[in-house]
Amino acid sequence: MSEQTEWPLWEVFVRSRRGLSHTHAGSLHAPDAELALRNARDLYTRRGEGVSLWVVPSAAITASSPDEKDPFFAPAADKPYRHPTFYEIPEGVKHL
Amino acid sequence: MTAVAGGTSAAEGAGSGEDAFLAAFDAAVAAEERIEPRDWMPDAYRATLVRQMAQHAHSEIIGMQPEANWITRAPSLRRKAILMAKVQDEAGHGLYLYSATETLGTGRDELLDKLHAGRQKYSSIFNYPTLTWADVGAIGWLVDGAAITNQVPLCRCSYGPYARAMIRICKEESFHQRQGFELLLALSEGTPEQHAMAQDAVDRWWWPSLMMFGPPDGESAHSAQSTAWKIKRFSNDELRQRFVDICVPQAEALGLTLPDPDLRWNEEKGGHDFGTVDWSEFQAVLKGNGPCNEERITQRRRAHEDGAWVRDAAAAYAAKQAAGSDEKAVAA
Repeated sequence: MSEQTEWPLWEVFVRSRRGLSHTHAGSLHAPDAELALRNARDLYTRRGEGVSLWVVPSAAITASSPDEKDPFFAPAADKPYRHPTFYEIPEGVKHL
Repeated sequence: MTAVAGGTSAAEGAGSGEDAFLAAFDAAVAAEERIEPRDWMPDAYRATLVRQMAQHAHSEIIGMQPEANWITRAPSLRRKAILMAKVQDEAGHGLYLYSATETLGTGRDELLDKLHAGRQKYSSIFNYPTLTWADVGAIGWLVDGAAITNQVPLCRCSYGPYARAMIRICKEESFHQRQGFELLLALSEGTPEQHAMAQDAVDRWWWPSLMMFGPPDGESAHSAQSTAWKIKRFSNDELRQRFVDICVPQAEALGLTLPDPDLRWNEEKGGHDFGTVDWSEFQAVLKGNGPCNEERITQRRRAHEDGAWVRDAAAAYAAKQAAGSDEKAVAA
């Protein structure tokens, strides 16, 4: 039996067509970047779902904390003046 | 399938804080929001998902065996290409589900070890043999049909990565079901021998397909909690009824009969009445006494062990390449 540890995990991002950005599709295991790319092609684009692929080692991703009490995203909530709907414009004014 | 695998949220088990987290979790589920990998979740919710998703993933890869049995004997190049694509899809579905399960903090190797040790199950349907070519059609039409009936509601499951994997799987499953139906139709409309072969396959696969929805509602161990958590959206019996009602007109279109003398339309309930499933057979297969339990798991272990040198070689090559590039970096 194999004594090797599990192949590392990679996150796969697919650009479904030109003009759109890459979108997270899922993950897979592969020993290196080249095979991760090949496995990603076989796993996530069997029906022409993509024109471009990115693979990123999962361990290289830093994520924000999901905790409910985390104030990370809170500052955005009290700045309604960042939205165009905050401003009152007289009726009849166009192109604004 | 989300960027960062799950595991224990920093706040988990924080004593009095836990009530607040549970309340937030319950509120999110009630509001039809999705739970994502790093969110706090009750341990039992996580365990239930790992059990169900692992069983689902294992079913996909064990399910490759009965159909792969016919690849070399497909009656035409067209059918062979279709069957290979279908079996490859099943491998893909297994991988989507393993990857979704990994977001809960359980690695794929661990899941495979548990399957090989018989500590996690796969769907009992795959413990039946594929005796003739027509079985490939019956599996596509009935087994994949039952799977779709089960899986479409899972696309709205409360756990995000599972729901996303199911959306992808359901899109691909409809090809599986249609190729099976078309295969059976070709046989049914063929020679009398071909028609008889199609009928025989349907006769053998019908009842095991109905068992795929699980035990009757009153005897289903996990149903109530899974429904409360919005992992499960419809009861086993509801889904079974839906499947029977879908199949009856399809069988007519195929020119085949379903092997149930009690099957008839019930105007009052707006659905078909049908006979009682032989649950003693279901329990026997579940306990390991089906026609192919031993063969399936033996073949799975053998495939895993036979592939070990490939995995090792690829890992050794990757390690060597990485070491080589380190040396170059040092030299430069």
